[in-house]
Amino acid sequence: MIDVPVTERADNPPVVGPGHNYTTVTDQISDAVLKFPIETRWLIPFGLVFAGMMLLFLSLTYLVLRGIGIWGNNIPVAWGFDIINFVWWIGIGHAGTLISAILLLLKQDWRTSINRFSEAMTLFAVACAGIFPLFHTGRPWLAYWLFPYPNTMNMWPQPRSPLIWDVFAVSTYFTVSFLFWYVGLVPDMATFRDRAKKRWQQVTYGILALGWRGSARHWARYDMAYLLLAGLATPLVVSVHTVVSFDFAVSQLPGWHTTIFPPYFVAGAIHSGFAMVMTLAIPARAYYNLRDFITMRHLHNMAKLMIATSWIVAYGYIMEIFMAWYSGSNPEIYMMVNRMTGPYAPLYWALWATNIVAAQFFWFKGVRSNIAALFVLSLVINIGMWLERFVIIVVSLHRDFLPSSWGMYYPTIWDFATLAGTIGLFLTLMFLFMRVLPAISISEMKAMVPPPPESPSDTKARPPAEPEAVPR
Amino acid sequence: MRTRDTACGKIDIAELRGRLETSGGPHYWRSLDELAATPEFQAFVEDEFPSQADDLKNPATRRDLLRVMAAAFGLAGLTACTRQPKENILPYVRQPEEIVLGQPLMYATAMPFRGSAVGLLVESHEGRPTKVEGNPQHPGSLGRTNLFNQASTLGLYDPDRSQAVYFHGRISTWGEFLGRMAELRETLGSGEGLHVLSEPMHSPTLMAQRSALRRRYPAMQWYEYDPIRDSSRDGIVYDFARADVVLSLDSDFLFAMPGSIAYARAFGSRRHAEADRSRMNRLYVVEPTPSITGDSADHRLPVKASEVEVFAQAVAARAAGSTGQSATLRPELSRFVDAVAKDLQAHRGASIVIAGEYQPASVHALAQALNQSLGNIGSTVRHIQTTPDEAQSFPDLVNAMRAGRVKALLIMGVNPVYTAPVDYEFSKHLGAVPFRMHLGLYRDETGSLCQWHVPEAHYLESWSDAAAYDGSACIVQPLIAPLYGGRTPHEVLGTLTETPDQSGYQIVKSFWQSQYRSPDFEQAWEHWLHDGIIPNTAFPERQATSIPAQKVAQPGSQAAQTGLEIVFRADPCVWDGRFANNAWLQETPKPHTKITWDNAIYVSPRTAERLKIENQDLVELRYRGRNVRGPAWVVPGQADDSVTVFLGYGRGRAGRVGTRAGYNGYALRTADRPYFDGGLELVKTGDRYNVASTQTHHTMAGRDLIHSATNARFLKDQTLFRGEEKQEHEVAELSLYPGWESTGYRWGMAIDLNACIGCNACVVACVAENNVPVVGKEQVGRGREMHWLRVDRYHSGSLDNPQVYFQPLPCMHCEQAPCEVVCPVAATVHSSDGLNQMVYNRCVGTRYCSNNCPYKVRRFNFLLYQDWDTPSLAAMRNPNVTVRSRGVMEKCTYCVQRIEAAKIETQKQDRRIRDGEIQTACQQACPTDAIIFGDLNDKSSRVHKLRNGPLHYSLLAELGTKPRTTYTAKLRNINPELETVS
Repeated sequence: MIDVPVTERADNPPVVGPGHNYTTVTDQISDAVLKFPIETRWLIPFGLVFAGMMLLFLSLTYLVLRGIGIWGNNIPVAWGFDIINFVWWIGIGHAGTLISAILLLLKQDWRTSINRFSEAMTLFAVACAGIFPLFHTGRPWLAYWLFPYPNTMNMWPQPRSPLIWDVFAVSTYFTVSFLFWYVGLVPDMATFRDRAKKRWQQVTYGILALGWRGSARHWARYDMAYLLLAGLATPLVVSVHTVVSFDFAVSQLPGWHTTIFPPYFVAGAIHSGFAMVMTLAIPARAYYNLRDFITMRHLHNMAKLMIATSWIVAYGYIMEIFMAWYSGSNPEIYMMVNRMTGPYAPLYWALWATNIVAAQFFWFKGVRSNIAALFVLSLVINIGMWLERFVIIVVSLHRDFLPSSWGMYYPTIWDFATLAGTIGLFLTLMFLFMRVLPAISISEMKAMVPPPPESPSDTKARPPAEPEAVPR
Repeated sequence: MRTRDTACGKIDIAELRGRLETSGGPHYWRSLDELAATPEFQAFVEDEFPSQADDLKNPATRRDLLRVMAAAFGLAGLTACTRQPKENILPYVRQPEEIVLGQPLMYATAMPFRGSAVGLLVESHEGRPTKVEGNPQHPGSLGRTNLFNQASTLGLYDPDRSQAVYFHGRISTWGEFLGRMAELRETLGSGEGLHVLSEPMHSPTLMAQRSALRRRYPAMQWYEYDPIRDSSRDGIVYDFARADVVLSLDSDFLFAMPGSIAYARAFGSRRHAEADRSRMNRLYVVEPTPSITGDSADHRLPVKASEVEVFAQAVAARAAGSTGQSATLRPELSRFVDAVAKDLQAHRGASIVIAGEYQPASVHALAQALNQSLGNIGSTVRHIQTTPDEAQSFPDLVNAMRAGRVKALLIMGVNPVYTAPVDYEFSKHLGAVPFRMHLGLYRDETGSLCQWHVPEAHYLESWSDAAAYDGSACIVQPLIAPLYGGRTPHEVLGTLTETPDQSGYQIVKSFWQSQYRSPDFEQAWEHWLHDGIIPNTAFPERQATSIPAQKVAQPGSQAAQTGLEIVFRADPCVWDGRFANNAWLQETPKPHTKITWDNAIYVSPRTAERLKIENQDLVELRYRGRNVRGPAWVVPGQADDSVTVFLGYGRGRAGRVGTRAGYNGYALRTADRPYFDGGLELVKTGDRYNVASTQTHHTMAGRDLIHSATNARFLKDQTLFRGEEKQEHEVAELSLYPGWESTGYRWGMAIDLNACIGCNACVVACVAENNVPVVGKEQVGRGREMHWLRVDRYHSGSLDNPQVYFQPLPCMHCEQAPCEVVCPVAATVHSSDGLNQMVYNRCVGTRYCSNNCPYKVRRFNFLLYQDWDTPSLAAMRNPNVTVRSRGVMEKCTYCVQRIEAAKIETQKQDRRIRDGEIQTACQQACPTDAIIFGDLNDKSSRVHKLRNGPLHYSLLAELGTKPRTTYTAKLRNINPELETVS
């Protein structure tokens, strides 16, 4: 393991609020699930996001009945909101694995309270993303042809197509992320099993706990598995969005055909991933009273990371401009001029403002400490990253090589309905996740609080000293 | 428990028997007790089955309902057991000669259009005509067609065609119509009050019928009406193949004139990449609005329509030797006049001055005077003796109607209610005619105002005959029995004779029998039908009437107008409105503006600037107290202060396709100024109107998409285009992988930009051949048109008078196809002979291929565009081409069905396919031979020669796609004196 010295600065807010011990940690996190009432102030927002999910089902049904033509896609802009949303959601999914795996390996202990949460976010975001490549096909009932399987047609997918690489990259990413998330959940499932009062809850959590008893052998195996999965997930953080960027970089369209895409896409994905974690964490910590676990320290760190990613992304934007000019090729230069001055120019400049300029406010401690400002800025960055994909996909496609085939792209109401629908699905899943599973890892949180004077016999939570798995 | 016996009371057998006998219908009973319905039995049932007792008392219960429903379901299934009536079908026991199932047959016929027929060979699949092609033996076709011919198969199968005889709006029968005509015949006497209105006629049989009717009804009046003047009566034919210099005075001779297919062929033969470059012709055009001819010109000058005459006079004066500066001419016009006159003088006897149909007689006289003074008569311009015009003019009919002299009016195949000049108030007068009959393909505006409407047979259903532009006659033979019981004009005219129910076949054949009195008539007749042409029937040459010189010098009958000028033009796609319900033509982009489904109001950039008008502004045209609203379109190349209105749109009763598309230009058109006039007012309404155009960018954005040069420069340096070509070739060869060894066939296509005139015949031919669906205006507006072949149009040079380049763009069939690499399911792959193939069944529709196609020739079925439900359209489709469903990508296949058919044929004969044996649909239709397809491995093939010729280039060669479709550079034959003018 890489040993990165963590310098604690005096003015840094703590990772865990003061006055917590094993019992309070367990109580507070598990009560959010086991004792939290289903009340109106939960039902109303849940009803809203649930309606959003229903909108998704409605628009997908109509899509399958009528065809892609209900969207605004056309020739030359054969990919529109469908692929924009796909890339956007995949990008959002990045922070989860990054926080869980890479920060774990880098011994960034502050990640502990937000990792579960952001892993779940990853899973749900990838699920939302997966809807688009499936349903954006003209004949979605045949989309399984993208998978290699033996068949009577004796046909295999065409392996030179980046779309095939996508299928593998995204499905691998989803699988590993799911395993990682689930393995991390196992000790907490045991805690829930033991604390649940209702029989069905005991049974359900009991099954999910996979017979966890908290023995030392369990812990040893668990730590090794978790570490291995972290090691497995780490390259995936880089690979998924790299492969997604190949969808564009491999083609020969000006604005797509760029070697800088893989790192630029990964940085952008992390940028949007952190923004989304922040967007979700701020209301969640207020609502479930988790301010002591998701502290200002977490928000500060994420804001700082976003400053870094914003500059990587800015570098990508600048290099695009440079390469367009340096290529000396008319279509390449025109592509850039068209982005800056063409019919979609406001979106291009909005992209600079939202992705790059907005993140610079995080330099100010006053902004970093202002919850409202953080929330608004994280939303702005989320929108900005969506705009980035719009600019890359639509603005490159709509004016390519032959001016005769240039066209415009106007999304329809169904484009927006599908986007809103996936947001509904995502938030519905997040609501349900917070409702039934520990949003913060109980076992890992315990490593962050001072050990009690005597061994806690009433819980089967993890013992205090596990230097192998959790640093410090 | 009581036993059953005890439960029953006394049963009176006799009473029961009586009850059974008297009850009507079958009555089912289980036991005598039940039958008796004794109170005891009922009590027993109630006792035994308390719940059921209720049922017996109240017949309608839930159980009954269920029972009845169950029975209904059961019985519904029984219908399946009904034995269907036995209908034996048998294969041909003795196969009819020539018919091989699955093999199409070609029949010769001709499409009459505005008095000049185009000879056709029509492909018939098991009795269904599916595709028309030109008849090489026919002088009006020479094997080529125009878009109207190509679209006529859809016209045949149009489900909106009139399908029945109507009497007062109710469906009637041909028999009843015959009865009514018999009554009419009795009352006609000498034919006083009998009036017939038809198109200008060029059918020998019809003319003979007319003469016969004249003999029978001496007082009968016959009128001919065409909303656009038909110049075939002028009796002048041109030989463009021999003309070095052509001056068109607002004449669209390459597209919109009788004989224009043949003219385009001849004109193109002097410009083709294969032709001798030193003999390239030069075309000057002066016209108010860009036409196909104008767009092909070497020098084009936009002038107001009213200025054309002034221009012609100036040229005539200059050609006659006058050197004085004409005061009325603008300086740039004057320079043009000088250069043109000089050039014409330099090519005496080998030049043509041709006046347009929209120009007044004085301009035609000037043109002929010029031809005469240039010595062109007899060499490039021939005068022919056409059939004498026996018809009265249309205004006479209107006067007769006004005066109430018209007792019976037969309207044959025209739609005057829609097309007549608005000041005639034709529909008002028509209503006052006691007997009105309309024969038409559609129950249109006119048909619905007539008591009798008879559906007309489409030309593909008719026996008739027709004359080509030079008078050559041919027989129109039907390819199919009338789909909707349509009748030909011959048959309708026959109802006025003693033999009212003669068939068209009898009428036509007996006429020709009377013309050809020879024992071998049957043999000759068969030859005519087979060849599609009757030999030696062309009009004889006549002496040109000399035109008095002073007429040339006379000042114009119309002085140049001031203010805005309104110009009326037939639409280049739906013509005068007769094709308004043809969706193929509606969706064909207009050659110059690429607008579909609408007729825009053309204004020049300068005029638009002055009036602050933009594209798609809804403007109101006010002219002579009438007004019309339509979308404005700023057209580079339009003459300043000249506003063009296209006719043929705004139909009230065209059908599901044409009704209410566009605005009605006829609503402004008056009898005395049918083609242009001053005094127009154009007012912005402030509203916008969506126009669906397939091409919104007109410049080449500084890219080298069309290689071009002047002919003179090329003649000096034949390697002009070779440098780029060599460089491109090197780029294309950069690859890590070895190339594909192409043995066998190696298909390729060369498109000659010198010959292409942008007429759209290829586009519609492709639609007809390949079952390309129509998507409608809204979808075109969204950028989802499905045309496999499009004709790109670029402008260069000045905004007011740009040079125009047409570039037909089918699939390039790249050897290194970018689409193939990115398809995840291998739905687009390469064949060994180099076709980039699209496997519809395998396509899941990711559309990645289209994104990666630099030429954007791929088309996606975003919705279910094909009409699967209309039965008549099913018969129209080419059975050899898959009808695509929604969700799949499609594109040009190089007409792979034709390639495979030829392969099968030649494999049977154990030989290679010869050059020219396969013609793609676009190539086959092209009037100027601009598209050449063939085997690149065949060193003697035309396409191989063009590819190795000095003009050859590949589009976007720098991408290394190695396209199989390539182009030849466009050369323009510039007059050095005018180099900076246009």
